[in-house]
Amino acid sequence: MPKAKVNGVEVEFEPGMTVLQVAELAGEEIPRFCYHERLSIAGNCRMCLVEVKPGPPKPQASCALPAAENQEIFTNTPMVKKAREGVMEFLLINHPLDCPICDQGGECDLQDQAMGYGRDDSRYAENKRAVEEKHMGPLIKTVMTRCIQCTRCVRFITEVAGVPEIGLISRGEDVEITTYLGAAVTSELSGNVNDLCPVGALTHRPWAFNYRPWELKKTQSIDVMDALGSAIRVDSRGAQVLRVLPRINDDINEEWLSDKSRYAVDGLSRQRLDRPMVKVGGKLKPATWGEAFAAVAGKIKATSPDRIGVIAGDLQDAESMKAALDLFGGLGVTSLDCRQDGSGLGQGARESWLFNSTIAGIEQADVLLLVGTNPRLEAPVLNARLRRQWLAGKLTIGVIGEQADLTYAYEYLGAGAASLNGLAKSRSRFAEAFKAAANPAVIVGANASAGALKAAAAVAKTYGVVRDGWNGWNVLHSAAARVGGLDLGFVPKAGGKSAADLTAKGGADVLFLLGADELDLSKTDAFVVYLGTHGDAGAHRADVILPGAAYTEKNGLYVNTEGRVQMAERAVFPKGEAREDWAILRALSEHLDAKLPYDSLEQLRAKLFADHPTFGQIDHAPGSIPAGLDLGTIGAGEGGEAPLTSAVKAFHLTNPIARASVTMAECAALASGAARHAAE
Amino acid sequence: MVGILEDKDRIFLNLYGLQDWGLEGARKRGCWNATKAMLDAGPDWIITNVKNSGLRGRGGAGFGTGLKWSFMPKEVKEGRPHYLVVNADESEPGTCKDREIMRHDPHLLIEGCLIASFAMQAHACYIYIRGEYVREREVLEAAIKQAYEAKLIGRNNVHGWDFDLFVHHGGGAYICGEETALLESLEGKKGQPRLKPPFPAGAGLYGCPTTVNNVESIAVVGTILRRGAEWFAGFGRPNNTGTKLFCVSGHVNKPCNVEEAMSIPFRQLIDDHCGGIRGGWGNLKAVIPGGSSVRMIPAHEAEEVLMDFDALSALKSGLGTAAVIVMDKDTDLIKAIARLAYFYKHESCGQCTPCREGTGWMWRVMERMVTGEADPKEIDTLLDVASQVEGHTICALGDAAAWPIQGLFRHFRHEVEDRISLYRANRPHVQGAKLVAAE
Repeated sequence: MPKAKVNGVEVEFEPGMTVLQVAELAGEEIPRFCYHERLSIAGNCRMCLVEVKPGPPKPQASCALPAAENQEIFTNTPMVKKAREGVMEFLLINHPLDCPICDQGGECDLQDQAMGYGRDDSRYAENKRAVEEKHMGPLIKTVMTRCIQCTRCVRFITEVAGVPEIGLISRGEDVEITTYLGAAVTSELSGNVNDLCPVGALTHRPWAFNYRPWELKKTQSIDVMDALGSAIRVDSRGAQVLRVLPRINDDINEEWLSDKSRYAVDGLSRQRLDRPMVKVGGKLKPATWGEAFAAVAGKIKATSPDRIGVIAGDLQDAESMKAALDLFGGLGVTSLDCRQDGSGLGQGARESWLFNSTIAGIEQADVLLLVGTNPRLEAPVLNARLRRQWLAGKLTIGVIGEQADLTYAYEYLGAGAASLNGLAKSRSRFAEAFKAAANPAVIVGANASAGALKAAAAVAKTYGVVRDGWNGWNVLHSAAARVGGLDLGFVPKAGGKSAADLTAKGGADVLFLLGADELDLSKTDAFVVYLGTHGDAGAHRADVILPGAAYTEKNGLYVNTEGRVQMAERAVFPKGEAREDWAILRALSEHLDAKLPYDSLEQLRAKLFADHPTFGQIDHAPGSIPAGLDLGTIGAGEGGEAPLTSAVKAFHLTNPIARASVTMAECAALASGAARHAAE
Repeated sequence: MVGILEDKDRIFLNLYGLQDWGLEGARKRGCWNATKAMLDAGPDWIITNVKNSGLRGRGGAGFGTGLKWSFMPKEVKEGRPHYLVVNADESEPGTCKDREIMRHDPHLLIEGCLIASFAMQAHACYIYIRGEYVREREVLEAAIKQAYEAKLIGRNNVHGWDFDLFVHHGGGAYICGEETALLESLEGKKGQPRLKPPFPAGAGLYGCPTTVNNVESIAVVGTILRRGAEWFAGFGRPNNTGTKLFCVSGHVNKPCNVEEAMSIPFRQLIDDHCGGIRGGWGNLKAVIPGGSSVRMIPAHEAEEVLMDFDALSALKSGLGTAAVIVMDKDTDLIKAIARLAYFYKHESCGQCTPCREGTGWMWRVMERMVTGEADPKEIDTLLDVASQVEGHTICALGDAAAWPIQGLFRHFRHEVEDRISLYRANRPHVQGAKLVAAE
């Protein structure tokens, strides 16, 4: 490996690294505004100037300069210091002195670096520049006078998000960042530009003027708005979650987060179920826990187990599903289901419902077939990864299902299962590429019927998607609880009914909904018990409501679409009288005279790990060691003629928390075209 | 004899447009003569001869043209064609030489494009012409049409080297004269300079090896090869050879464009071609010798100087584009430089911080110096700001904005100080700089 000297200290570096990266290797921090590891290099802020020998006798922008063998890099010479101070002065002359009212205050790169390179007074005696505010939609608040034109937002939206809607117009000191004609940004990742902005020009509109970053309690946790399990940091003050920010996890979300994961948090304070309720005379009335448990226990005891159904929702933690499984399984209930969407997954090997190539590993794939899935809506962060591979020319993509704008080009191969069957004999360009691929991969939407799964698996088999050292059979789930539920076997036992059958008229006498809200409950005539967090579809139809804890209010295990078990941490306590879900089930079990054998979450987890060893492997993606899979066992029956559709119709409204969020409602209205945001 | 250069040694014989610009006229003047023979001699012969002629780029920086060509990869890789791009975005204040070539001697340029492209194994050449040059573009396009029709260029031409020549009309931005901003603009993007490295010879237009040359550099190549490198190298001093178009403007009796030998004494250039300084040599105050981007030199230095790259850079100025701006004692130098500062503020692309913020700051301070309202200590602040811009930017526009101001204060600081004193003398109540509320 080549060597260079940084301030006299010799370091080895990888060929192709920039001077800035080499200096960082040596432990020298280089100030920067425009440079960002995951974006292209712009080199325009000039803050990262260093002195380089051999080289011209003037400071060089280290972010853009390739490091060379035997180069001498100086980051602390008087020339460097003076150059950086000069740049800092230029950045500040037209930057308003409004830190006291700026939301970026406390986490502002300009503020921090001005401490190191700023002057104590200003030599600038002219008027400061003022820039008109820009409209960028309901998520991005702009104060463009603060902008330092680093173009990080432009590069993110263009390169990563794939919607070139933000740009730099005009020239010289009149340059302005704006969206085209002031239209809202239509990306599902748009919130990331607020994180990227090194100053307070772009800030989070939904959270504007609500907090100071230093007064927040920070809790590291896991996101449940989609099935990726992105790493997040939950910032709370008192009982309220104020914001969610991404943490860096290169295996999953890198450092991005979708708008829903980020801005649906206001839904955590709205429409909440904060006390038990029992229906009396056709109306839900507040009740004590004892009354609620008595009502539920009485009904369950009086009902034959085969007339009881349990359905788990999309945001459930594994512990509560395990407790429900133990409780109702012990009572002899066979109708349990965690698949509200009627998916055909859940039979056979675990690999059949996992994202086997792993999220990071999908970058090894060279040809990819999307079946009945829209990654842009189901997992925007994953979609950005696919786009990056496509942009680099390393990925050829074909689509069967909906013909949507995925931010990358693809060959459209048809709408339904028939197209899948036809692909084996197809001479299309994609089919040729698929045949010749070194690492072919399939991504199947999680709501695929058994028939569609069979057809997709047949295609996967034909093209050798599972081969030695490579498993390209991927199921992209959109519900955070789904893989955990399937791993637990939260599916109908012999003679049990599926979710669709349970909610049909006469399907069950008692329906226990464990946070299940994505169901059509208009037909059912059962006695409905709803354990959950929000006044949504399930609570509307419920006869008894048991208020539970949302994902920020409990410690819980979630299994993401890769099969990676991750631990979410409690940031705040459940609302009002609400309790953690597993504890409610544990309390209910005593009323049913079927006491569950655990008194604490630790004991519950110990039993969970003993019964289902995969849950003990925290943060391990099973696909990291490619396992074989008999594709012939996946799915059953015929695919039929119905077109395959994505599990997600309205990106912003997929779960009870998001549906309770005012911000998400605004975004959804904008996305569906119902609302128009004028550029005012 | 007038000047140094004799008529028989001029390259641009129709500089003043007195003859036919078309193919017939050009052929009579020797253009397109023996072009085939030059191409037959091979790329190495061409590059060697251009190197030996000592031709330095005529766009301002003065980089050896032959050397620049030799940086291009020798082999054309599959899928990575070579390009020649001719920079005809002549926007430097005071400069008006390329337009004369394009509208009066376009065939010299077209022939040069063919030869240079062949030398660098390029089959396509783009001429990026300044937005304001409408008539020039019309003539150039007509001349290119003539050349296509005469099979001098194009597919299956008489020279045996398939060659297409395109004219791209710019939008009129000064920054698009910077070579990488020009490439960006040519690709249809916003004209903002790129980071270097990579240099255009490695990754230029559409990411392919590209050489960007000034119009004059390309237009002289045909004649150099026809008459021999030694002939061209015979003019001027070593390292500053050849003939050069000088654009003399300002306070001379007869402003003109003239082709002269390099290293001609400034005095001779003005006396022989421009009828002397307005009001006589005693009335000369200062000269900007190379277009607005170089530092000015005062009269006593100008009277002795030779007009070439090395002599002028020894005076901390430069030959630039050889656009000589002469200023006599009637000139308000502060106002002149303030106007140039406004020009650079207006033309800054806004991409990088020092230039975006610094040019506007410098201009505003300069404007107050013109009236004398500024504070005396602002002079040092201004020079400090200029030094913070210079050498800290992506492209050379930052340097170009700083140099005129530095030149002014290097030689005429006392004038600014006098102006400020005068303003204050009449206004005893003025204390310190005028404060302006930040509203």
